[in-house]
Amino acid sequence: MLGEGMLKGLAETAKNFAGSFVSKERLTTVQYPEERVAPIENTRDFPILIYDGKDPLAGLRCVACQICEKECPPKCIYITKSHDKKPDYVGKPQNYPTRFDIDISVCMSCQICVEVCPFEAIKMDTEFELSTTDRFGGLLFDREHLSKSNDYYHAIHPTEAAEVDARLAEEKAKAEAKAKAAALAAAAKAAAAPAAPPATPPKEPTAKEPGA
Amino acid sequence: MSPVMSDAAFKSYRPPVIEPAEEGDELLEVAMGPHHPSTHGVFRMDVALDGERVIRLKPVFGYLHRNHEKIAEKSSYLASMPYTDRLDYFCSLTNNWAYALAVEKLAGLEVPERAQYIRVITAELTRIQNHASAIGFLTQEMGASGTPLMYAFREREKILDLFEELTGSRMMCNYMRFGGCRVELPKGWLERVSAVVAGLPQFIDETEALLTGNEILMARSQGVGILKPDLAVNAGITGPMLRAAGVNYDIRKVDHYGIYDRFKFRVPLGDHGDIYDRYMIRVLEMRESVEILKQAIPDVPAGPIMDPKSKIRGFRPKVGEAYGRIEAPKGELGFYLISDGTGNPYRYRVRPPSLINLTVLEDMCLGQNVADVVLIFGSVDIVLGEVDR
Repeated sequence: MLGEGMLKGLAETAKNFAGSFVSKERLTTVQYPEERVAPIENTRDFPILIYDGKDPLAGLRCVACQICEKECPPKCIYITKSHDKKPDYVGKPQNYPTRFDIDISVCMSCQICVEVCPFEAIKMDTEFELSTTDRFGGLLFDREHLSKSNDYYHAIHPTEAAEVDARLAEEKAKAEAKAKAAALAAAAKAAAAPAAPPATPPKEPTAKEPGA
Repeated sequence: MSPVMSDAAFKSYRPPVIEPAEEGDELLEVAMGPHHPSTHGVFRMDVALDGERVIRLKPVFGYLHRNHEKIAEKSSYLASMPYTDRLDYFCSLTNNWAYALAVEKLAGLEVPERAQYIRVITAELTRIQNHASAIGFLTQEMGASGTPLMYAFREREKILDLFEELTGSRMMCNYMRFGGCRVELPKGWLERVSAVVAGLPQFIDETEALLTGNEILMARSQGVGILKPDLAVNAGITGPMLRAAGVNYDIRKVDHYGIYDRFKFRVPLGDHGDIYDRYMIRVLEMRESVEILKQAIPDVPAGPIMDPKSKIRGFRPKVGEAYGRIEAPKGELGFYLISDGTGNPYRYRVRPPSLINLTVLEDMCLGQNVADVVLIFGSVDIVLGEVDR
């Protein structure tokens, strides 16, 4: 019979229409912004800089190595390296960025910067309501705007942050053990040969070999 | 009379003979696009019409050209990976896979077992959501104003949520790496995939009940936009378009890339090569993908997801060339790379299925009504991001 297929299809839409009143399965729309869906943990959009402790500048993990600036596919990161140094989390003096800007109107949220960072300093945020009326200055995020505490990172990506913390603690312990061993060896050497020239301070490894 | 064309009518079908416009006849030249709701983006068809019939059709691409290949030659191998997401933005995971496959061939990397399974699962989920939305868009162009499309999107949403949970992004996944995958599966992800996959057959049945027997769809699509198998092969058409023309060619079966050898699945083939066959092939392929997923999900082994030889920074493959291709939802997607031993490829070339499937558009449209051009174009299933690159 001509029209049978159409009637069958209409029965299907009628089933869906009636079902949307009773079944959650058939009514999937959410009335944003009053209602929101549950956030997904792995969600990423724009990069942030992580700092330890309370002071955003003193605790900043970034050492201005500029690997992310070089690897960024759309080249939206701008870094200026400092001339002086400050100690990082293992106590080694490191540079820090005097300027760290990300143009989020260019950023494509690919998280290559997160992957190449050897210092676990740059991570992805989940904040997406970033609309602004100023399309130049309002979309160029500077260091102060990008700096977020480690607690904030734990709040948005708990699993990933716990892994990162464990990794950093392990590296710190390793570095401390190595420094201690080196100091002991130096002391022993100094005791054995007092006439030898003063031992150089033990060389500490960087957090991760670049290129590892 | 039923709108279904009989087999005898199909057998006796000959492409219409286009008589040249007579002296004094005026052809109407219409530029369909670049801003036309049916063009899926920015694409222009310069059509010459004799009344309602198409006499000439010239596709004009390039409105979305983004210089993908040259940018890739100036940036590192890794930095091109997020750009491949933006080729065919419906299927970013299969794009990732094709590019990763080419680089793995170039650098001689081995993909661990677990990563292979994850790749198959994500690729088949991608295929299902691509075909579902392709059918939705096609029917929308026939005038089914949104209902099948919305049903498809409801299902697609569930799959995209799974992608977001795994990769962090719904569409721009940027998930695969040379020699494996970027991150480990989140806890309970495979169970949630099984739950979504268990609901898919019901969705496909619903789509079929809604569309397959629908007389309007049959009248608009059967016998329209016929592509003959010999022309399809000569023009290098791949994917559902080629299989709808009746040519048995699926790179999952031909190339044995990944671990597709281990799964039992069939390759659906069409008989007539018209729009209806292309619709039907996509429905059947979704069913086969569900079968592959059902076989793959329980078997995912434990183990690493990255080849230990692969590295993120300072990646320099040895001098050589490689071509990696996979069966993307739209056809054969290939990446051709030449390495000169430095950190960026000397030559980077994409073989996009959408562009090459579009080359037979004129042959399919000649002699058809201008209203059918929209349908024929929709049945090719293209994404302009991939056509123009």
